[in-house]
Amino acid sequence: MSLEEYFSLVFSDYTLRTITLGTAVLGAICGMLGSFAVLRKQSLLGDAISHAALPGIAIAFLISGAKNSNTLLIGALISGLIGTFWIRGIVKKTHLKSDTALGLILSLFFGFGMLLLTFIQKMPNANQAGLDKYLFGQAATLVESDVWLMCIITGISLIVLLTFWKEFKILLFDIDYTKSLGFNTRFLDILITSFIVVAIVIGLQTVGVVLMSAMLLAPAAAARQWTNSLGTMIFLAAIFGAFSGVLGTAVSASSNNLSTGPVIVLIAAAFVVLSFIFSPGRGLLFREIRYWKNRNDLQLHKTLAFMFNIAKNHEDISHPHAVKILNNFQGYTKRSLKKLENREYITVSGSMWSLTKKGYKKATNLYNQQEETDD
Amino acid sequence: MSEKIAISVDDLTVAYNYKPVLWDIDLSIPEGVLMAIVGPNGAGKSTLIKSILDIIKPIAGSVKIFGKPYKKQHEHVAYVPQKGSVDWDFPTTALDVVMMGTYGSLGWIKRPGQKQKKAALEALEKVGMLEFKSRQISQLSGGQQQRIFLARALVQNSSIYLMDEPFQGVDATTEKAIINILKELRKAGKTVIVVHHDLQTVPEYFDWVTFLNVKKIATGPVKDIFNDDNLTKTYGINYKVSIQQ
Ligand SMILES: Nc1ncnc2c1ncn2[C@@H]1O[C@H](COP(=O)(O)OP(=O)(O)O)[C@@H](O)[C@H]1O
Ligand SMILES: [Mg+2]
Repeated sequence: MSLEEYFSLVFSDYTLRTITLGTAVLGAICGMLGSFAVLRKQSLLGDAISHAALPGIAIAFLISGAKNSNTLLIGALISGLIGTFWIRGIVKKTHLKSDTALGLILSLFFGFGMLLLTFIQKMPNANQAGLDKYLFGQAATLVESDVWLMCIITGISLIVLLTFWKEFKILLFDIDYTKSLGFNTRFLDILITSFIVVAIVIGLQTVGVVLMSAMLLAPAAAARQWTNSLGTMIFLAAIFGAFSGVLGTAVSASSNNLSTGPVIVLIAAAFVVLSFIFSPGRGLLFREIRYWKNRNDLQLHKTLAFMFNIAKNHEDISHPHAVKILNNFQGYTKRSLKKLENREYITVSGSMWSLTKKGYKKATNLYNQQEETDD
Repeated sequence: MSEKIAISVDDLTVAYNYKPVLWDIDLSIPEGVLMAIVGPNGAGKSTLIKSILDIIKPIAGSVKIFGKPYKKQHEHVAYVPQKGSVDWDFPTTALDVVMMGTYGSLGWIKRPGQKQKKAALEALEKVGMLEFKSRQISQLSGGQQQRIFLARALVQNSSIYLMDEPFQGVDATTEKAIINILKELRKAGKTVIVVHHDLQTVPEYFDWVTFLNVKKIATGPVKDIFNDDNLTKTYGINYKVSIQQ
């Protein structure tokens, strides 16, 4: 299937439509909630939670003996939550830093989960095959009820987000101050963390344990580059996430052998790279351009200031002076003279230059500014 | 100055990971004073402030605000955290940060409206930052960020102000502006407590002082207790010399 075929089929083909919708909604909720993880600098949290979910999946399978995805996800949810609260407990009760606690829980739970998976694979049970799809995800197994579940959870978290908007915002910016105002930050923290756990769990089937945290972080990190408003950032992150989901599904559907989860994550990562280079305020490219522009401006201003010092000693500020006077001045080049002329700060005729009214005014302003900053 | 006690701290002991950083602190701060807390780095000044604000739970002792626990009194207390305690690259504007000062009186869920915005703008004006109201906070200078934090506390319109190093990294002009605001607060009968580093300016700025170094060394009026003896006890070296240079 080519990309065109995909887009012509996506509305009519049931399976394709289900998968596309699922990955889009998943991308949106991950982007939305991932913004919190990014702004709280908890980038390892998603990783720890998703890895902590793995043993839950295996245990749920062992207990129920069936591969019903909802049962397995409940197992994932429980062990994900246990992992999260252990992390909180470790940080609170011991000397360990939160990074260490996260890493510890991550490897402990993941190792245990892998052990169980190996054990299950050796069991004489035809049912076991395919449990490892939770490692890297398999979007093709999404069914309509999965998508409904995703939509409902996204809807609930959106409502909670809007209800506690002001509380979340202040918590993200300044948790101590939030406490001092009498807000229960523990409640807010648990609320937001629980939603992150839920989002991760519903994404496991599609993206898998290993890449899930990238799905959470990438759209948010990309969105941060484009805006200075929290609301816009969360909105953009949801959009980027949804786009990654749709594009990833399209690309993997049109080239049969690529699995969807990794493609979605790669596209989300591409959003990050493009954003870090091309975003106007914070992007590398524009920063570089601004740097060079500032440098050039500074050079011109230096030359102009030098001319101003010569010109101000004459009654007529536009009295012509020889270009030769400038020779001692390092900032002066033929090009900068030309540029000053283009900006109408000076006029040049033959080997003489003279300051214009506009140039005089500009130079005076420069001086005033300098005095202000020196102050 | 009235005889009412704004903050009383009883036998307060605080530890991080079993290492005590505040040891058996007793403190009575009368209402209406402008008090400096001084002590070397790591003396526990920030920890004391955070314990008063119920941000850190002590392992022993208690804190009362006008005779009641903090939980019941939080609307009477405004906090200016250390500037470095937050990420200034957070996506928000100066006005937005100052508006946060109104969140406490709004309580849960209710959104700030025109009234809150007006109060925030007034506070911005008071600290001379009105023209920067729409500025992204990462684009502000250190002194301007400090003013924003001050404005956020002013919006709370509380009786007690606890400020952690509000003069850190500010230029002379900003320092003057801030101290004038603090003196105004005291004139209005507020209690203002400031973690302060510049010992030279203590007698000029404050009327009350607490010396702290894990234990409370001394507390009282500046004119009575701000002397070489207490400075030496607090800083462990002969401060007479250092102050005079
Ligand atoms: N969150 C923390 N965890 C562990 N130790 C801490 C923490 N915060 C502060 N400390 C330690 O407690 C002591 C007092 O810190 P602090 O109250 O910040 O001092 P000050 O504000 O007087 O410089 C220091 O030794 C510091 O290293
Ligand atoms: Mg401190």
